Amino acid sequence: MARQTRIRTKPQEGVTEVLVLVSHPMETGQRTDPKTKEKIPAHFIQKMTFTLNGKEIAVADLGIAVSKDPLVAIRVKGAKPGDKVKVAWSDNQGESGSEETTVG
Amino acid sequence: MTHTPRRTFLKSGLALGLVSAAAAAGLLKPARVLAAEWPKGAFESKKLEEAIQNLFGSAQATASGSIRIKAPLQAENGAVVPIAVTADLPNVQSIALLVEKNAQPLIANVNLSGAEGYFSARMKMNATSDVHVIVKSAGKLYSARQNIKVTVGGCGG
Repeated sequence: MARQTRIRTKPQEGVTEVLVLVSHPMETGQRTDPKTKEKIPAHFIQKMTFTLNGKEIAVADLGIAVSKDPLVAIRVKGAKPGDKVKVAWSDNQGESGSEETTVG
Repeated sequence: MTHTPRRTFLKSGLALGLVSAAAAAGLLKPARVLAAEWPKGAFESKKLEEAIQNLFGSAQATASGSIRIKAPLQAENGAVVPIAVTADLPNVQSIALLVEKNAQPLIANVNLSGAEGYFSARMKMNATSDVHVIVKSAGKLYSARQNIKVTVGGCGG
């Protein structure tokens, strides 16, 4: 199932903030289904890799305690308009996604 | 007669020891390979110090005023607590977020290789707790903390 990944850049005073939002349940594996009483298996994003013009600038390792639909942000200095920022993520069940944007 | 049970006991004990040693060697290897990928041990640690130790190989961090935590003092919904960390330290290599009273304290760790010393996310908190931030800067560990009051926990069903 394809999950929506959104990426946005926000330049301010020479530093560009890169915001990423992924529609993902971030299931902890500790909850039980109230109807079936069965444990809901863990399903969460483990890795998010940020690249600027193809060069890796940050890798975030996430755990189960990151909220549902994770909104993660990093900042990078010296990004120019037209630069390509990309995020790629993968979860513990082998799903992955990526999105790219241009610094505006 | 009394010697036989003792012998058997010793033998079985030795065998058990060998088996567990083999299992440990066999099991630890893939765990180490995984650690390079995603720090499983650190994320599964149940205690704060253990998680920091697992992640950085040391739990000795110096309190630093150069780390700024932007988070609410009181969060109504523990399922979504926004946090933003700014580290005004030279050469920031990684930033880790930990919630002391969560069943698994480590929330996230970001390794920076060109990005600024900044990281923000939204996290789940089980109860009112101190939030610890560990920043690795030029090979050294620095820490900062803030207490966040949680009205409704965000880890249960």
